[in-house]
Amino acid sequence: MDFSLLRNIISRYCVGEEIWVDSRTVYIGHKEPPPGAEAYIPQRYPDNRIVSSKYTFWNFIPKNLFEQFRRIANFYFLVIFLVQLIIDTPTSPVTSGLPLFFVITVTAIKQGYEDWLRHKADCSINECPVDVVQQGKVVRTQSHKLRVGDIVVVREDETFPCDLILLSSSRHDGTCYVTTTSLDGESSHKTYYAVPDTMAFRTEREVDSLHATIECEQPQPDLYKFVGRINIYTDKEEPVARTLGAENLLLRGATLKNTQHIYAVAVYTGMETKMALNYQSKSQKRSAVEKSMNAFLIVYLCILISKAVINTVLKYAWQWSPDRDEPWYNHRTENERQRHVVIRAFTDFLAFMVLFNYIIPVSMYVTVEMQKFLGSYFITWDEEMFDEELGEGAQVNTSDLNEELGQVEYVFTDKTGTLTENNMEFIECCVDGNVYIPHAICNGQILSAASSIDMIDSSPGGYRREHEDLFFRALCLCHTVQVKEEETVDGIKRGIHQGRPTSFYISSSPDEVALVEGMKRLGYTYLRLKDNYMEILNKDDEIERFELLHVLNFDSVRRRMSVIVRSSSGEYLLFCKGADSSIFPRVVSGKVEQVKARVEQNAVEGLRTLCVAYRRLSQSEYEEACHQLTEAKLALQDREQRLAQAYDIIERDFVLLGATAVEDRLQEKAADTIESLHKAGMKVWVLTGDKMETAAATCYASKLFRRSTQILELTKKRTEEQSLHDVLFELNRTVLRQRSISGLSVDCLDFGLIIDGATLSAVLKPNQERANPSNYREIFLEICRNCSAVLCCRMAPLQKAQIVKLIKASKEHPITLAIGDGANDVSMILEAHVGIGIMGKEGRQAARNSDYAIPKFKHLKKMLLVHGHYYYIRIAELVQYFFYKNVCFIFPQFLYQFFCGFSQQPLYDTAYLTLYNISFTSLPILLYSLVEQHVTMETLKREPSLYRDIAKNSLLRWPVFLYWTCLGVFDAVIFFFGAYFLFDNTTFTSNGQLMTTNTQMMFGNWTFGTLVFTVLVFTVTLKLALDTHHWTWINHFVIWGSLLFYVIFSLLWGGIIWPFLNYQRMYYVFMQMLSSGPAWLSIILLITVSLLPDVIKKVLCRAVCPTATERAQSTRPCLTVEPSTIFMLSQSSSRMSF
Amino acid sequence: MMASSYNAKDEDGHITVTGPGGGTLRSKKPENTAFKQQRLPAWQPILTAGTVLPAFFIIGLIFIPIGIGLYVTSNNIKEFEVDYTGVDMSSPCFNCSQNFSWNSTTPCTCTIPFFLEQPYESNVFMYYGLSNFYQNHRRYVKSRDDSQLNGDMTSLKEPSKECEPYAYHDNKPIAPCGAIANSMFNDTLELFYNDPNGTKVQIPLTNIGIAWWTDKHVKFKNPGAGEANQNLTAVFQGTTKPLNWRRPVYELDAAANNNGFINEDFIVWMRTAALPTFRKLYRIIKSPSNGMMPTMPRGNYTLEVVYNYPVRSFEGRKRMILSTISWMGGKNPFLGIAYITVGSVCFFLGVVLLIIHHKCGNRNNSADISN
Repeated sequence: MDFSLLRNIISRYCVGEEIWVDSRTVYIGHKEPPPGAEAYIPQRYPDNRIVSSKYTFWNFIPKNLFEQFRRIANFYFLVIFLVQLIIDTPTSPVTSGLPLFFVITVTAIKQGYEDWLRHKADCSINECPVDVVQQGKVVRTQSHKLRVGDIVVVREDETFPCDLILLSSSRHDGTCYVTTTSLDGESSHKTYYAVPDTMAFRTEREVDSLHATIECEQPQPDLYKFVGRINIYTDKEEPVARTLGAENLLLRGATLKNTQHIYAVAVYTGMETKMALNYQSKSQKRSAVEKSMNAFLIVYLCILISKAVINTVLKYAWQWSPDRDEPWYNHRTENERQRHVVIRAFTDFLAFMVLFNYIIPVSMYVTVEMQKFLGSYFITWDEEMFDEELGEGAQVNTSDLNEELGQVEYVFTDKTGTLTENNMEFIECCVDGNVYIPHAICNGQILSAASSIDMIDSSPGGYRREHEDLFFRALCLCHTVQVKEEETVDGIKRGIHQGRPTSFYISSSPDEVALVEGMKRLGYTYLRLKDNYMEILNKDDEIERFELLHVLNFDSVRRRMSVIVRSSSGEYLLFCKGADSSIFPRVVSGKVEQVKARVEQNAVEGLRTLCVAYRRLSQSEYEEACHQLTEAKLALQDREQRLAQAYDIIERDFVLLGATAVEDRLQEKAADTIESLHKAGMKVWVLTGDKMETAAATCYASKLFRRSTQILELTKKRTEEQSLHDVLFELNRTVLRQRSISGLSVDCLDFGLIIDGATLSAVLKPNQERANPSNYREIFLEICRNCSAVLCCRMAPLQKAQIVKLIKASKEHPITLAIGDGANDVSMILEAHVGIGIMGKEGRQAARNSDYAIPKFKHLKKMLLVHGHYYYIRIAELVQYFFYKNVCFIFPQFLYQFFCGFSQQPLYDTAYLTLYNISFTSLPILLYSLVEQHVTMETLKREPSLYRDIAKNSLLRWPVFLYWTCLGVFDAVIFFFGAYFLFDNTTFTSNGQLMTTNTQMMFGNWTFGTLVFTVLVFTVTLKLALDTHHWTWINHFVIWGSLLFYVIFSLLWGGIIWPFLNYQRMYYVFMQMLSSGPAWLSIILLITVSLLPDVIKKVLCRAVCPTATERAQSTRPCLTVEPSTIFMLSQSSSRMSF
Repeated sequence: MMASSYNAKDEDGHITVTGPGGGTLRSKKPENTAFKQQRLPAWQPILTAGTVLPAFFIIGLIFIPIGIGLYVTSNNIKEFEVDYTGVDMSSPCFNCSQNFSWNSTTPCTCTIPFFLEQPYESNVFMYYGLSNFYQNHRRYVKSRDDSQLNGDMTSLKEPSKECEPYAYHDNKPIAPCGAIANSMFNDTLELFYNDPNGTKVQIPLTNIGIAWWTDKHVKFKNPGAGEANQNLTAVFQGTTKPLNWRRPVYELDAAANNNGFINEDFIVWMRTAALPTFRKLYRIIKSPSNGMMPTMPRGNYTLEVVYNYPVRSFEGRKRMILSTISWMGGKNPFLGIAYITVGSVCFFLGVVLLIIHHKCGNRNNSADISN
């Protein structure tokens, strides 16, 4: 916030005397207004450069450092480092400075690389070619060179390079069609208008001759709001002023459709375009694991502070007597002596903090980040999630949520395109109750039309015949389908491949294509739209021509569309098709009952139904309708609203013709996937805009509802009969009663809930009546909680997000996952904890906004049950292990303070302190967290119920955390006191016999520390080895390798007098220790004792109350019938024996 | 805010390129390698009662004998300890400890008689022990200059700051500097055997070979050690002795190879102890070459102490310890007991697990069948 403010101030300041004005004036083609016109204040506009990158070459280092140190952990380490620099601390600043430097550098490199990619992406956008009219000629230039006032030529299917005011288009009426899919997700074509005074320009020269200015408001992010005025200067007369609205403004990011080219003038450029202003970074999603990790961190911070406080207090209590404080052999310097006791105490406190600061490890953040980043590659690499058809595999857009995939409790799925294929197929149509079924297509060839019509009722009659003709024509005419010749659309390749040049239909709605193709199979082929005449090839191979007069476009409120045509005989006809609910109320005659019955039957079978009706218009009626429509279209204000009114007046008094049924097939293995998700304990909700019957049928087909499922309905139909209040309470009672009867075994009878959008909004609406507002909500949630499956139909996109939000906010705070393929699912994908996009037919909007994108719904199974499960157990172990190993590391130091007069004497050498987390113990856990598979993939897929074992963050709950911490403390106590008893009051020495000199040598404090440290490194590494269930050669290499590295490092570190060090305290310490027999014996003993409790706990837990996962692990040997597994085992055993 | 929020993606590494002409040519089919598909051949061990049981028994069976062996060895080691601090009035060193002053020129000596009940064979090691002496105090541990001790001439003249306040005295650098060196143990201990026939025989004490070989030959060097005929007195010219020392460093021993920084008593002292109660090797009593006689036969002995080292101020204690050694070092019952305990615990756990395994294994099997 403050940043943008600052920016504004700076930019204003730089512009100098310029005053911040509410409006801007754009000179079209940069032509000054004629003298005498109002004097405008010149303004400076940004160029059309889009900047999505964070840094520039110059500010990268300061800005990146600033951003990194804003993270609380990094800041903490920085503070520790600074404390070490300033005061006299037990460890050198290197110990914390080096890891911090490493972390900061790695992160900076990563972010720098990402920013470089962004720069590249920006560049490719900024440098894409744009055609600009200059001096009457079209000049090609780069997008970023575009300036406000430039006249731009945009051709069909091109994207607008900035926000433009439409001047003229290749269409005669000065309109153009645009899709704003990438802006708001609506895939329908929208119409934009040119000002009447400029729409006549046809050529560059004409456009260039325009002399006009545009006054408009300063940029604002609302996509649908624009206020402006165009002043057109002609030579003699007064300037003409026209108002401009949102219907004149073409937005950057939208695409021109169905219009050859347009001329338009740039008004907002670059970062001031509405798209740029609207681009909000996704709110950072944080996983549950991260939250518990932060909670653990706070616990550890408290432990750290209390340790430091305890030690400081004890120190001053202990050295109360001056003989302890300053014995004759150990005096302070004068400086120190003069320091005030409070300052001394505070310094001591800080010194203790520094000494124990390793308990919160820097490297944990790095390791977690690396684990997530590298681990996410396994998703993209997964061959099973690769779709041959699409040629794409799964895609990871954020790696922060990998483990959240293993925690999902609620799955919200879209129906169309997600559960179903969104591949519409015309199934049947019924005219007045008579059903027509086209025969199936064989190898793309249509069977002869005559045979395809199934005459059920052959009773002849002119009435019926007439309706049939009208019905087929209606379906052939009432649509916005376009015909494309093969070559023009997809290159020559497919044309050649097909062998013959055929045309095919394209439309924004797959239903329409299915209908028109279905008609083709029934004998009525829509040929083309030519000069506003629609041509149809009828059953008798005759071409019929209809003049297309008006199209009353589809919108989701009306849920219908109409066309007005004039037949060759001069009749005016209005054809309308739409959802049953929007057609039936407007029907005055026709066989409503029969059609309705058929529609309902089809809906129950899961087919998408549409009703078709028509109306004959007389000349006068037509003229009136025509008048209303044109008036509405030309209205400057409230155009949409007036159009809707006009549509409402025109579309009525229909005669019902019939209905169609289109099938949207279920996706492959959708049912299997849903069943697995159910078994894994997830609740699956289907959120769809479809009607209840269709959606319910899909739910049955996809096994969301089973035959045994008791369906609870919470629909408008029911709430009309009873009050919402009563329905809710009744349902709640039903659910509760069932539960109390069945007692513990809830599974025996499950409920399915069906709710529709209208009822949902009633439930969610803050209640105005006596009941308190959250009351309905609570009851609704209570019902939902007891339902294994919920179907929400008739949902608006925003309602989908609302539902997700509602569940997210319920008192258990479950982890939600939303999956969808269309732009209408984006809101819920963004809202849910994990958003998954399906790379579907409806564009890539969902995939782009999702956290993960998969080609098909069935891939969700592997994504959650296998990858999610793995990622969760991996990261859970990673987090717990990191805390554990640092407790083991630091707790002995804490204990040592009691034996060194609380003097902050470190137990370990600086090199060990520094490298413990960086190199001695970092790689094994990182590798574990990348490749561990506690159960095989096959088992996980076969037994989805294993997913329940890790539900509710079970591996990171407080008892587990406590266990790990206690284990760490126990191990630390063993290490420390083991070494203590060896050293204490005994001659723990190295036996000279191993060496050439026959002596007995004493060990000092560094040997003590080295002994503890050696036991420590071996114990924590072996502890991880015990936890590893999947030993690949890499595991062997890394685990044994890092132990070996420790030994080699220690030998080297103690083997040389290091010239750059000012102390040589480690010289030969490690070797001397190893030359002592008791040292070896005690190392072995202490490692054994440290590992013992964990082994016992594991074995006992497994033997006494094994979890499902543990059962699956132990039953594995019995199930290794699969040759591949045997092969693997034999291979691995041969490797082992090597 | 705006500029920072307008990012394709914030923190993660994956950028989707959008915009005109931003159609991405995406990956082809992922490679079917064992690693990428997470199908590397692997050994999948599980810790079950069945697999762990043998390990427990084996550990038990190995540890218990080792423990017994260690325990017996440790018990065979003979150790004798005399506290000569002089806290009690009755103690022979009481006077010395009472009248201690840093400036006294006449050394105070005291004689402690003791009786060895068993003969000590082979080499006997003689230690001094101090308690309540915090050699591991941080201020103390770091108060040394390793490069000075390594014979570096510049460090000799300019001791490290770490040595403060024991770096300079009267504007002269202290050699060796620091608190550790300054507080070097300087009691002289001598042993006499009171022969039954009444003569008092001094026992020969060796002070060579009591420090780490590497310390003596590599880590510690006298300044100018490379020169042919070094004169330590000349080398240490311009430095002053540590405050509490009675003699300068170049007069620590008569023998040239045990003088200056490479004096073994000094080196031993410089290796700071881990705990406040510690013992350090003082001398070795070599076994007589003929081997027939024990090194120290059973009988009466006298310990003669030149009492220089004050410990009463910090309630410390001074001890003299005589000990024989074995292959495992000095007397240390802890390790043996620990081994026996752990071994027995493992064995016991093995038995418990065996029972549990049989019970639960059967139960699980029956549960499986019922399923």
